[in-house]
Amino acid sequence: MARTVWDSTVGKKTVMAVSGLIMLLYLVVHMLGNLKIFFGAGEFNHYAHWLRTIGEPFMHYEWTLWLVRVVLVLAVVAHAVSAYQLSRRDIKARPSKYVHRKPRASYATRTMRWGGIILALFILWHILDLTTGTVHSGGFESGKPYQNVVDTFSTWYGNTIYIVAMLAVGLHIRHGFWAAAQTLGVGSRTRDRALKTVANVLALLLTAGFVAVPVGVMTGVVS
Amino acid sequence: MKLTLRVWRQKNADAEGAMSTYEVDGISPDMSFLEMLDTLNEELILRGEDPVAFDHDCREGICGACSLVINGEAHGPERTTTCQLHMRAFKDGDTIDIEPWRAAAFPVIKDLVVDRSAFDRIIQAGGYITAPTGSAPEAHATPVPKPDADYAFEHAECIGCGACVAACPNGAAMLFTSAKINHLSVLPQGAPERETRVLDMVAQMDEEGFGGCTLTGECATACPKGIPLTSITSMNKEWLRATRKAGKR
Repeated sequence: MARTVWDSTVGKKTVMAVSGLIMLLYLVVHMLGNLKIFFGAGEFNHYAHWLRTIGEPFMHYEWTLWLVRVVLVLAVVAHAVSAYQLSRRDIKARPSKYVHRKPRASYATRTMRWGGIILALFILWHILDLTTGTVHSGGFESGKPYQNVVDTFSTWYGNTIYIVAMLAVGLHIRHGFWAAAQTLGVGSRTRDRALKTVANVLALLLTAGFVAVPVGVMTGVVS
Repeated sequence: MKLTLRVWRQKNADAEGAMSTYEVDGISPDMSFLEMLDTLNEELILRGEDPVAFDHDCREGICGACSLVINGEAHGPERTTTCQLHMRAFKDGDTIDIEPWRAAAFPVIKDLVVDRSAFDRIIQAGGYITAPTGSAPEAHATPVPKPDADYAFEHAECIGCGACVAACPNGAAMLFTSAKINHLSVLPQGAPERETRVLDMVAQMDEEGFGGCTLTGECATACPKGIPLTSITSMNKEWLRATRKAGKR
């Protein structure tokens, strides 16, 4: 069955839908967690510490976090590999362009591929910046996420990269959530408006929620 | 009406093609688009030139033979087939671009004619029922609920013209294949082969080199018969159901 799914364009698109929804669920939790930064350094750092102790004493320190990380990496890889293979196929299936062109699909739909590449690069930078601290701008301290976040958003490039990526993620979800519903066969004529609304609301809330943090640092609400 | 036509000319499948410009005069707004092309071809023949090759048959909008991408839109600016598009949709002095369907699975044979036999092979993979039905049965012998009959008919309207493939930026045949699958999946006659039909037809669709679906919706916008985009959603659902069932066996 796994072979049938992976070898079919319809099946591969299902892989994209499921992995996309896993990442979307993570993003919602991640965004809500980020907002704790507005309650001050104590609460935010405590929340970050709690993430490492979830499930204790059954789970060892950081086990749950690593479990989540493994699932996320699998989702990102499955999503990216399917997208790459399907895109190659799509481009090959339409070798010659029309002389008279008429783009009609929405902006979000047309930018899925480039948006995905931007997001992949952002994720790399984001991990190197705030998880490992490799490319961090200030003096990175692993137990002090509040200060690390303030450091990142005290640089012009940190803000630029982050805000551009969050706009990209909003656009990606706007098309992606609705498309995932169609791929998984849960869309219908009567549900279409509701699905599109949910996609737009999710996109808007996630982008606004994530962007609130750099805006908070820039305006001095978080410092 | 006087018009400037820019038409894709290509001698054969292997030749390089290019857009050629022609002027046509004396076009009546009541002519169909194909009659306008007939007028051009009569002039070309009189001048001793090769007439423009294009597909056409019934000219009533029901056979699915006519194609043509007109000004970047499959079947032109109106939601109908090219044969049912009339010249009143254009203005005197307009320049009109006429191109063939573009997709790797639909190679150009000559000028505006493409080879759509990939569609036939998708149908051969399962777009039928194998039960010998004989002559038309008594209408009430097998009751079909009205909503199911309507649903089946809506998808049965597909004439297999290929506008969906031509309009799709990925050259995908999802709308065509889904229409053919959904047409039979809700009817009692189609039930025995419900699972193998969707699996085989989707596999054949992939085999032919059509692209995948990115849900741009261009296909449903171009479809002269109004097959809805949700037809693809239903096919995905059918495919997932059949894959699950096949996995259990």
